Amino acid sequence: MPSNGPEFDRLCLALRQRFSEIGTRYPHVAPEMVAEVVEAVLSIMGGVISAHDAVLLTELKDLGSTIAKAKAEIAALRVEEIAASHIPAATDELDAIVQHTAAATEAILESCEKLDGLADKLASKYATVLQSATTRIFEACSFQDITGQRISKVVATLKTIEARIAHIVATVGMANMTPEAPAVSGQQVANSSGPSLPSLENGPPLPGAAMDQSDIDRLLASIESGSD
Amino acid sequence: MDKTTNILIVDDYKTMLRIIRNLLRQIDFHNVDEATDGAEALIKLRTGNYGLIISDWNMQPMTGLQLLQEVRADARLKHIPFIMVTAESKAENVVAAKQAGVSNYIVKPFNAETLREKIEKVLAHA
Repeated sequence: MPSNGPEFDRLCLALRQRFSEIGTRYPHVAPEMVAEVVEAVLSIMGGVISAHDAVLLTELKDLGSTIAKAKAEIAALRVEEIAASHIPAATDELDAIVQHTAAATEAILESCEKLDGLADKLASKYATVLQSATTRIFEACSFQDITGQRISKVVATLKTIEARIAHIVATVGMANMTPEAPAVSGQQVANSSGPSLPSLENGPPLPGAAMDQSDIDRLLASIESGSD
Repeated sequence: MDKTTNILIVDDYKTMLRIIRNLLRQIDFHNVDEATDGAEALIKLRTGNYGLIISDWNMQPMTGLQLLQEVRADARLKHIPFIMVTAESKAENVVAAKQAGVSNYIVKPFNAETLREKIEKVLAHA
C-alpha cells in the first residue's frame, strides 16, 4: 500500500493501537466485527471525513485544550483583582505621594520666602549667608516638579497595564472562571494585543541616561555655528 | 544686563512658577509676571510689554514648543527672547526648539547661577 505521508502513517499507527486497546478491553469481540462497524460508519458518512480532516479535527481539539488551559492559568492569576484592586490602590498611593510632597514643598517655599524677607533687615554679611542658603533651598525644591513628572509616568504606565488586563479578561471571557492552574508567564501577557504601553522615554530621564546642561549647551552651540 | 526687564514665566505647575520667581528675585529680577498655560501667556504677551519669556516645555493643552511657535509667528512678539526650561533633555527636543527659534534651553533641575547665565546671554543678544 503506498504511503500518504507521515500523517497517514501516524494515523495508521494510532488506529492499530486503538484496535489493540479494544481487543484487550473486549476480548470476546473479533477484530473483523470492529472492521465491519468501521466500514459501516464510513459508508454512512460517504467519505465526508478524510485523513486530513481527521488531522485537522485533532489539531482543533488540541487547540481547544490549550485555550482552556490558558484561560485557567490566567484565572489563577486573579487578574481581575489586579485590575480592580491592586493597580488602583498603587496609583492612589502614588497620587498621594505627589500631593503630600507638593504640600510639603509649598510649606518649605513659604517658610523660605519669610526667611528671605528678613535679609533686608540683617547686616550685609549675614544677609549674604541667609540668601545663599535660601537660594539653595529654592533650587532644591524643584525636586518636586521632577519627582512629580516621574511618578506621573509610572501612574500612566500602571493605568495602561490595567487597561491591557481588562482587555485580556474580555478577550478570553474569564467571567465565572475559578482559578485552577499556576501562574501564566508574563510573556503570554506581553504577547497579547490590546492597548499599547506608554513610553517611559518622555519626561525627565533617569540620572546619567540623558544629556545634561553642558551637553545641551554644546548642542545649541553646534547648531548655531552650523547656521552662521 | 538690564535687571528691570519684564519677565513672563510660564508653567502649568504653580510650585515651579513660585520657585522660578524666587530664584529670579535672588538674582535681582523683580519685574516678574506668571502664566499657567500657553493661552494665558499669549494674552498677557499681546497686552503687555515683556522683554523675556521663560517657559516650561511640558504643558497642556499648549506645549512650550507650541507657545514658542506662536510667539515667533506673531510680528509684535517674535523679537522677545525665549528660554525653554524643561526636564526634556533629548537632543531631538533641543533641535526642535532651536529650529522653532528658542533663545536658550535650561534643563531641570537647575540652579540660580545657570538661570542668571542664560538670561544674561539672551538679553545680551536681544
